[in-house]
Amino acid sequence: MSEKITREEVRHVATLARLELMEAEESRMTRHLNQVLAYMEKLNELDTSDVPATTHAIELKNVFRPDEVIPSLDRAKALNNAPQSDGASFVVPKVI
Amino acid sequence: MDLCGLTIHQLRELLTQKAVSAAEVTSAYLQRIQSIDSKLHSYLEVFAKEALKQARDFDEGKRDFNLSPIAGIPIAVKDVLCMRGVRTTCGSRILENYVPPYDGTVIEALRNAGAVFVGKTNLDEFAMGSSTENSAYCQTRNPWDLDRVPGGSSGGSAAAVAANLCAGAIGTDTGGSIRQPASFCGVVGLKPTYGRVSRFGLVAFASSLDQIGPITKDVKDAALLLQILAGYDRRDSTSVQSPVPPYGERLEESIKGLRLGIPREYFVEGMDPEVAEAVEKSIRICGELGAEIIEVSLPHTEYGVAAYYIIAPAEASSNLARYDGVKYGLRTPDCRDLLTMYRTSRSRGFGPEVKRRIMLGTYVLSAGYYDAYYRKASQVRTLIRKDFLEAFQRCDALLTPVSPIPAFKVGEKSEDPLQMYLSDAFTLPASLAGVPGISVPCGFTSQGLPIGLQILGPHFREDLILRIAHQFQQATPECRRTPPLNEDP
Repeated sequence: MSEKITREEVRHVATLARLELMEAEESRMTRHLNQVLAYMEKLNELDTSDVPATTHAIELKNVFRPDEVIPSLDRAKALNNAPQSDGASFVVPKVI
Repeated sequence: MDLCGLTIHQLRELLTQKAVSAAEVTSAYLQRIQSIDSKLHSYLEVFAKEALKQARDFDEGKRDFNLSPIAGIPIAVKDVLCMRGVRTTCGSRILENYVPPYDGTVIEALRNAGAVFVGKTNLDEFAMGSSTENSAYCQTRNPWDLDRVPGGSSGGSAAAVAANLCAGAIGTDTGGSIRQPASFCGVVGLKPTYGRVSRFGLVAFASSLDQIGPITKDVKDAALLLQILAGYDRRDSTSVQSPVPPYGERLEESIKGLRLGIPREYFVEGMDPEVAEAVEKSIRICGELGAEIIEVSLPHTEYGVAAYYIIAPAEASSNLARYDGVKYGLRTPDCRDLLTMYRTSRSRGFGPEVKRRIMLGTYVLSAGYYDAYYRKASQVRTLIRKDFLEAFQRCDALLTPVSPIPAFKVGEKSEDPLQMYLSDAFTLPASLAGVPGISVPCGFTSQGLPIGLQILGPHFREDLILRIAHQFQQATPECRRTPPLNEDP
């Protein structure tokens, strides 16, 4: 079976996904993804060149609502679950 | 009297007659949970004190519940639904200490209807799995055989209902997560039409597929719970405005003259022969009840697994980007920069299956692969959806097995993700098409494992599949059994 995704690609995808994989995890992930992606080949049995894509099973038009101000979560509650906050905002490690 | 063995509507009767108090009912369930759940691990958290208080409030008439059918009755909730003030973990380490500051819409609706919340049930991490083996906290066991899985991802809810550890439960279904555990545990599970129930306050897995629905001891209970869950909600723009019919009203109506389709693609090589036999017998019973049975074809069924396991992980990879250690959830302390904090927090917080799906989803959406995978799968989704629309031109509803196999052993498939994915082959297509489906017990294997019949209906025809399921259940009392679990002395 030809490889669909190499170990280097797995490492790259992990970076895109903001994940960090340990050595052993990386080789297991490569094996599992190859297995699953090889199975996905099945879809190529179908000619879909004239088929539109479905992103939503129920046909809905754009849903609009009036632009009204309604009460929302207050700040203290919104910050309550933060790993770190200063009472006014979320605190994160230095960005710049 | 064995209060825990009763259905919601039976308990309702007793409460109305004042033959029993809600506090007695809740105490009975709490006691049973205490003596049995150490074997099953269906609950992640039990709200003993709060539940008793809610029950007493009901008994003392502190609030008028307007004849709500579930007032004072103990309900369990899958731990992926936000409930104000109590932990909502999604079975994940990354949300171990997350306490939502609000109720999801269905929780609010149940609360307003007077439900007694007895606890939060176990699940596969972020509802990703078919066995509840992916929970970061514990392994729920199947009440019919403790060596086997309860199915998943709503395995905790299904096991709790089957073992009489609650009167009814709420689950969620993205690709079969209500229907499959219901069938593995021998109870009723309903996945509504996409958009029928608001997803506000449901922690998102795959937003174009996720639906909330009931898991219950009988079909009548499923109808009355759905009545409370269903409806438009301005907080979920994908919830649908169409009116909610009275689901309980026509349950007793005969299915005589209905045309039921049997899709030949659901009866394939490799299916467990006892499952096939039980489902074929169920089809004959529906025929004897007066339904006309016809063969139909859903030609793209075999592509469901591949399409689903591209679309759902793609949506998941996007939805789960929010777990970054900033607003809530786990954060690795003392990171030198933001990117390191994101990566280490996520890597420690997520389990292997969730990482696998995030990776798969990120890959199929990434530059160069989007057309080959995500776009292709979305086109195949169109074909699968069309299969259903065409089949429903010829028949009123479809009868199929829920799963090709009965409950499997703990550990049997956990090292082989593809085998696990393939076991969902019969529930995924309906999810991709957005049509409603119900799982109803239809027999047992020679080893005593439950088998489920799946009834699928056209969009927004929950009333119809509930009626067929109820009529089937009335005709097959031998299929409704209670697992032989003994309470510890």
